[in-house]
Amino acid sequence: MNRFALPVGVFGLLVVVLAIGIKHSPNKGTIMSPLLGKPAPQFSLPNLTDPARVVSSAGLKGRWYLFNVWGTWCGECRAEHEMLLEVRRAAVVPLVGLDWKDDDAQALSWLAQLGNPYDAVAVDRSGRTAIDWGVYGAPETFLVNPQGIVVFKHVGALTPDVWTRDILPRLAPRAAAKS
Amino acid sequence: MRHSRAAGSLRRRFSSAAVLLGLLALGGVALLAPQRLAWAVDTTQLPDPALQARYSALTHELRCMQCQNEAIADSPVDLAADLRREVRDMLLAGKSDDDVRNFMAARYGDFILFRPRFLLRTAWLWLAPGVLLLVGAFVSWRIVRARSALVSQDNQPLEEDVSR
Repeated sequence: MNRFALPVGVFGLLVVVLAIGIKHSPNKGTIMSPLLGKPAPQFSLPNLTDPARVVSSAGLKGRWYLFNVWGTWCGECRAEHEMLLEVRRAAVVPLVGLDWKDDDAQALSWLAQLGNPYDAVAVDRSGRTAIDWGVYGAPETFLVNPQGIVVFKHVGALTPDVWTRDILPRLAPRAAAKS
Repeated sequence: MRHSRAAGSLRRRFSSAAVLLGLLALGGVALLAPQRLAWAVDTTQLPDPALQARYSALTHELRCMQCQNEAIADSPVDLAADLRREVRDMLLAGKSDDDVRNFMAARYGDFILFRPRFLLRTAWLWLAPGVLLLVGAFVSWRIVRARSALVSQDNQPLEEDVSR
């Protein structure tokens, strides 16, 4: 037996295994959310623009919505803000914000200055709701379907690319059924 | 010729000594590693020492998702503090260690656990070292047997070899 057969064979096997691993990791660098395909976490939080009212998962049941986690302390959130306004203008899907561990006054002045893309903003001062959503770095955006199931998650600033490639196609069946 | 053989065996003996020393040094580092650096990131004190021990163990085996090579116990990041608070509250509420692990994994995925759970999916991860050890033992047993067979067959004196 060739004395190199075994090491080379093992090495070859390793290359194949690792190649499959790399090929199948869906988003290199980002962590798969265990929430995908599962019901969105329940929440009921004060509304930023109207603290007397609440924004709740129960109130959102029965329709698609984008759930966007942001904060005024987050630089990337400022970078994606223009895109969020674009989403608002497209009026395809309601945008619900989660103001994560932020100061209400600062958040309000941010929205007044840059424009408010949100249909509603829930205030998560303690960060407890963000933990339920498995948020580890703002901005993060989730797409939730009318059954309340999380169908897509994007970590980092929302870009036109993500919007047309990952979000619109998932909404398309609904748009088709409507027209 | 003879001289160079002796030098070769000397060099071999030297290099095996170096490997041994290297391994010992690595072992020393491994022994020192668990002594945690005393950054006062987390000053949480639980009322009960047993609870405190569980809290400390759990926060050291949960990954900080923002600074991914640190445990939440050692991370000054805001999210790590939130997760520590979550661990503390769950322990105070009488939840088990596995409750805490499941809670975290359900939200952040298995990636948050530095010590992966034994699932069908992770079985190879746990079993591979043992399997590899067995394979290695088998291979070295084969090599040692083959070499000792060589020695017993080699009856020619060294001198003859040289004079030829």
